[in-house]
Amino acid sequence: MPEQPPYEEEEFHHGPEGPPPEDLAIAPTGFGGTMDLGSSEAETLEKTPGGPEGTGPTEKPRSLWSDAWRDLRRNPVFIISGLVILFLVVISIWPSLITDQSPLKCDLSKAQQGSQPGHPFGYDGQGCDVYTRTVYGTRVSISVGVLATIGVALLGSFLGGLAGFYGGVGDSILSRITDIFFAIPVVLGGLVLLSVVTSNTIWPVVGFMVLLGWPQVSRIARGSVITTKENDYVHAARALGASNSRMMLRHITPNAVAPVIVVATIALGTYISLEATLSYLGVGLKPPTVSWGIDISSASAYIRQAPHMLLWPAGALAITVLAFIMLGDAVRDALDPKLR
Amino acid sequence: MTQAATEPPLLEVSGLVKHFPLTQGILFKKQVGAVKAVDGVDFRLDRGETLGIVGESGCGKSTVAKMLVNLEKPTEGAIKYKGEDITRLSGKALKAVRRNIQMVFQDPYTSLNPRMTVGDIIGEPYDIHPEVAPKGDRRRRVQELLDVVGLNPEYINRYPHQFSGGQRQRIGIARGLALRPEIIVADEPVSALDVSVQAQVINLLDRLQAEFELSYVFIAHDLSIVRHISDRVGVMYLGRIVETGKDVEIYDHPTHPYTQALLSAVPVPDPEAREHRERIILHGDVPSPANVPSGCRFRTRCWKAQERCTLEVPLLAVPAEFRLVEGPAAHDSACHFAEEKQVVPPEEPEQPEGGTP
Amino acid sequence: MLLEVRDLHVEFRTRDGVAKAVNGVNYSVDEGETLAVLGESGSGKSVTAQAVMGILDIPPGKITGGEILFQGKDLLKFKEEERRKVRGAEMAMIFQDALSSLNPVISVGDQLGEMFVVHRGMKRKEARAKAVELMEHVRIPAAAERVRDYPHQFSGGMRQRIMIAMALALEPALIIADEPTTALDVTVQAQVMDLLAELQRELNMGLILITHDLGVVADVADKIAVMYAGKIVETAPVHDIYKAPAHPYTKGLLESIPRLDQKGEELYAIKGLPPNLMHIPPGCAFNPRCPMAQDVCRTEVPPLFEVDADRGSACFFWRECLDDTSRD
Repeated sequence: MPEQPPYEEEEFHHGPEGPPPEDLAIAPTGFGGTMDLGSSEAETLEKTPGGPEGTGPTEKPRSLWSDAWRDLRRNPVFIISGLVILFLVVISIWPSLITDQSPLKCDLSKAQQGSQPGHPFGYDGQGCDVYTRTVYGTRVSISVGVLATIGVALLGSFLGGLAGFYGGVGDSILSRITDIFFAIPVVLGGLVLLSVVTSNTIWPVVGFMVLLGWPQVSRIARGSVITTKENDYVHAARALGASNSRMMLRHITPNAVAPVIVVATIALGTYISLEATLSYLGVGLKPPTVSWGIDISSASAYIRQAPHMLLWPAGALAITVLAFIMLGDAVRDALDPKLR
Repeated sequence: MTQAATEPPLLEVSGLVKHFPLTQGILFKKQVGAVKAVDGVDFRLDRGETLGIVGESGCGKSTVAKMLVNLEKPTEGAIKYKGEDITRLSGKALKAVRRNIQMVFQDPYTSLNPRMTVGDIIGEPYDIHPEVAPKGDRRRRVQELLDVVGLNPEYINRYPHQFSGGQRQRIGIARGLALRPEIIVADEPVSALDVSVQAQVINLLDRLQAEFELSYVFIAHDLSIVRHISDRVGVMYLGRIVETGKDVEIYDHPTHPYTQALLSAVPVPDPEAREHRERIILHGDVPSPANVPSGCRFRTRCWKAQERCTLEVPLLAVPAEFRLVEGPAAHDSACHFAEEKQVVPPEEPEQPEGGTP
Repeated sequence: MLLEVRDLHVEFRTRDGVAKAVNGVNYSVDEGETLAVLGESGSGKSVTAQAVMGILDIPPGKITGGEILFQGKDLLKFKEEERRKVRGAEMAMIFQDALSSLNPVISVGDQLGEMFVVHRGMKRKEARAKAVELMEHVRIPAAAERVRDYPHQFSGGMRQRIMIAMALALEPALIIADEPTTALDVTVQAQVMDLLAELQRELNMGLILITHDLGVVADVADKIAVMYAGKIVETAPVHDIYKAPAHPYTKGLLESIPRLDQKGEELYAIKGLPPNLMHIPPGCAFNPRCPMAQDVCRTEVPPLFEVDADRGSACFFWRECLDDTSRD
């Protein structure tokens, strides 16, 4: 039979060895990703002209990243948390956009006064404008969170990635080290380590968070790399003679990075609240730096007389942390490879 | 098909062994045993030939495939490509050999990097071996390859998840062909595909073999497919080849009891056969490769086993009783009590359907 | 008739649209009879079985029409409570993947015994004894010692036997086996299939065997229903269909598999791909892939024509198809 039909199109479902147990594995997907059926359908849809059906609209190339982005854009959780975060980032850079006062200009005579025109959140114990201080506090929180996350993600995924890729003794040693770090109570560690620091910048706090935070990411990165490197496409690259760096950069990293992104996004929220905790305890940032933690700390003594002093910065903190955790959730849903 | 004796065979495997150590301990690992995945395998592959390797899961056939393409280092033994032992090579020399031995993987869903376009996947061999194709020529070559495997060359910028299983397998095959290898090792290339698509991919492999003068090592658990595509067949059990010969010798004149049992267990799509077909139902399961029986490794499930089988390892050679007679029964079989037995009903002369129209 | 499925329709509502998985399936099984439902992935063979068992995920699945008559009563009219009583006791299912179908943290004996505790109100000790009995019945060696073992301690073939034992525990009238041997090796597959067939004969059960393997079907089935795109395209006694298929799809499938007993040249390959279940082609769903398709196939949906008293084909040209095959 010499004639070979041009560009055969064929079956559309997949399954490991033999057909899958169910013809149609469909499950609710929560955020609207495609499950088995979805993907198989998508495949069939994409048959291009030339196929016997001749119906398929010519489809554009769609990378997994663009698919994830498309899913994200449709997810209300992402939209809400994204807008909140965007707003926070903007005011952390340009706080003067929404307030024209200075957080350090205080008038003791107005101490603890409540809301009044021009000062919607009232005044704190030093007579400073709570609204302005809350706005300015964003900058510290966001920068500590972002910097600590970048540090943790880079260090953690570098070490974890190498350990996962090469395995062996180095991996064993790294795993034991991460175990040790997991055993350190974060707040206690902060109290001990940061109490000896005198610098009044955000760097000691960021450094402390990176120091204690990297094992979490390293563990995730290691696991993700180990799973990814067992895929046949990595074997295929190796069989072609690809170098280690090529396999890591082209094949493993792009496929292993998703869980790290998710963990990092969620961790960002927790670093922000950790900064507030440490500042509250007096070992994080110190006045005159404006920080929600510091304000919460100083307001807590007057919670009965003037609760507004505490509620505003605490509310801002809660919303910020929540926004990042929700963003992390949305990103996880979009990147979850099981749903593709 | 066979080469003249003057030239070494294209590929010759001798005494191939792969043991995976079983270890205990957290930081300092102590070996407490070994999984004998492959335990002394010999075979040869000539130019333009297809060698089929069949066996059940855990028999070591996939490990053999991995060693052939250097994804696993053998514990012992030699893999000679044109007379040169490739297990000892490294660096440049290894890379050069790799160009000539390529692999097609089983699972079309994990063998293609989901983050790369089809063009990048098929073109990657050229990035790794830039001497094969000048940069400006690569795109054209990739499109040519897509065309060769029956895919539309315009698909070059798409991603793997936009294709069906059978199409992905074609992409995997195109990648394997990119460097114009002489040998393709195919590990269960169609077992993940639907029945009607299997035929398409098998036909494609057949066609490519003729077009590119390829030699195949075709590894599968499906005996019917192996027969269809292979010139010679090796049957593996627990890390060893127990019987090997031309396809007719193995399928129509098997002499090893395991081969006979395996063949008789294959369901034949012919309801008439179920009445008059003798089926050998083996008892028990395959022993663990970490704990291989002494002597003949098949003896624990063999209905012919005697004391000799416990004590003496049968060698893979033409059994004594067939040595003097010319005929299809005279082929290598590692059994002390080899005996010819026809288990596959012979081809009927009128042959209603199936086969070629 | 033990089970009769009449004009069953199942849809799946997904974000991308409605997938019509089952589009008017009719089949029946009698006591002691084996019906093989043959089809490739996506043909709707498993979805139909799940609907019969009442284990379909709803939503996204939805049964949009038809009847499932079990011993004369329509199961679709049952309340969930009544349905549950039928499941396990009167009809049981065997799945492809025994490892994931058994609970990994409960011993095999307890899982088997639970059937008796729940449905028969037995005491634990009695139930344990029953479990051993069952395990012996499916020929698990040293059953009395192994009854305390956990699923992962058994090999694939043994696990599948345990699944069979569990399905048979309450001696149901109907067994649905969904690709019961696909995950097993050939030699073990033969053991398990043999066992299943033997027990079926012994208990005179109806068996619906769902598979893609034409070989397995030929070995054990009495009659076959071939499914394509959610419809039965051909139904016939097993001997007839292999001798002379009356539908081009069946014919194509039979010709596309390599044979153990002959080398063969090029394999016949059905061109194209199965339809997208969200956009099933008008007319006969197989028409874009069919070598015999005419204009009528593109516009009209073929009913199931009666080929013989016990044979049907959903092809306008079933006569030509039959003639064509017998001519070779």
